[in-house]
Amino acid sequence: MSFEAFLIVAAVLFCIGLYGSLARRNVLAVLMSIELMFNAVNVTLVAMAKYLAPANLQESIASALTGQVFAVFIITVAAAEIALGLGIVFAMYRTKETVDLTEAAEMRN
Amino acid sequence: MLFQDVVFWLLSVVAIGCALGVVLIRDLFRAALLLVAVFIAVGGFFVLLNAEFLAVVQVLIYAGAIAVLIIFAVMLTRDVQQGNPPNKLQIPAGIFSALLLAALVVVAIDTQWNFLPESERQSVELVQTSAVSTIPAEALEEAGVTGAAEQEEAQSAGLADLLIGRYVLPFEAVSVLLLAALIGALALVRPRPATPNPRITGSDAD
Repeated sequence: MSFEAFLIVAAVLFCIGLYGSLARRNVLAVLMSIELMFNAVNVTLVAMAKYLAPANLQESIASALTGQVFAVFIITVAAAEIALGLGIVFAMYRTKETVDLTEAAEMRN
Repeated sequence: MLFQDVVFWLLSVVAIGCALGVVLIRDLFRAALLLVAVFIAVGGFFVLLNAEFLAVVQVLIYAGAIAVLIIFAVMLTRDVQQGNPPNKLQIPAGIFSALLLAALVVVAIDTQWNFLPESERQSVELVQTSAVSTIPAEALEEAGVTGAAEQEEAQSAGLADLLIGRYVLPFEAVSVLLLAALIGALALVRPRPATPNPRITGSDAD
């Protein structure tokens, strides 16, 4: 259970999420893939907080928690993103009767 | 240590397998349920990484709120039967993701990480695991934190302390962001006004 193992698992999760967000047509699947990417980044941050030495650890032991603080911020931003994203999905569904992203092409050209 | 290793590999297999399911399964509802499994596995990672508070937050916010929102949306949109087809970008996206994964793995293994010195590990672990409670003085003595001032600092060090102290500006920015997202989502899903937008009705007639 080394640090690198955590980084690699997080990288795998991130790339799965990236593939899903690029290759899927359903907008809800894309949102789910983006949540996967958020989670991968959170795992990386918390793993770094545990294993790596922060720059000013000698001055304040609390800097060992910096990674966790940033993970809290990311979770908050993810919650805001999903609320707004689902709002956009519903607005799109109401006007176009579909959640297929290839149909949402008004801004092309 | 062995037990933790077993748990780690188990969680990794669950997380990666379910994540693959999320992006590959055509049935959106099952994909959402697999996403919940990924969230819980990631919460398990947080427990392994000394972040118990984040693990609880992960289960409450991700596996609770966000997953319920997504399942709600899956149920409300009638495209469920149509499923989750891939688009034309499937092969380039797969190649791009694989290349990025290879690059990330190389970086993770190749980099000279500035690891925490062994002497600090125990006290850092104490501060991280008890981020939301007070550490008893005896435990600090055992971890090598002996000075009274240092002990007090370690005891007051917590996520809340950092959030309201050093990171108060991002904290406030995030609260404004949440409020803006809430208002924005409400404005987006509010019923249309009585006079319809002429552009929208025009395109409907076509």
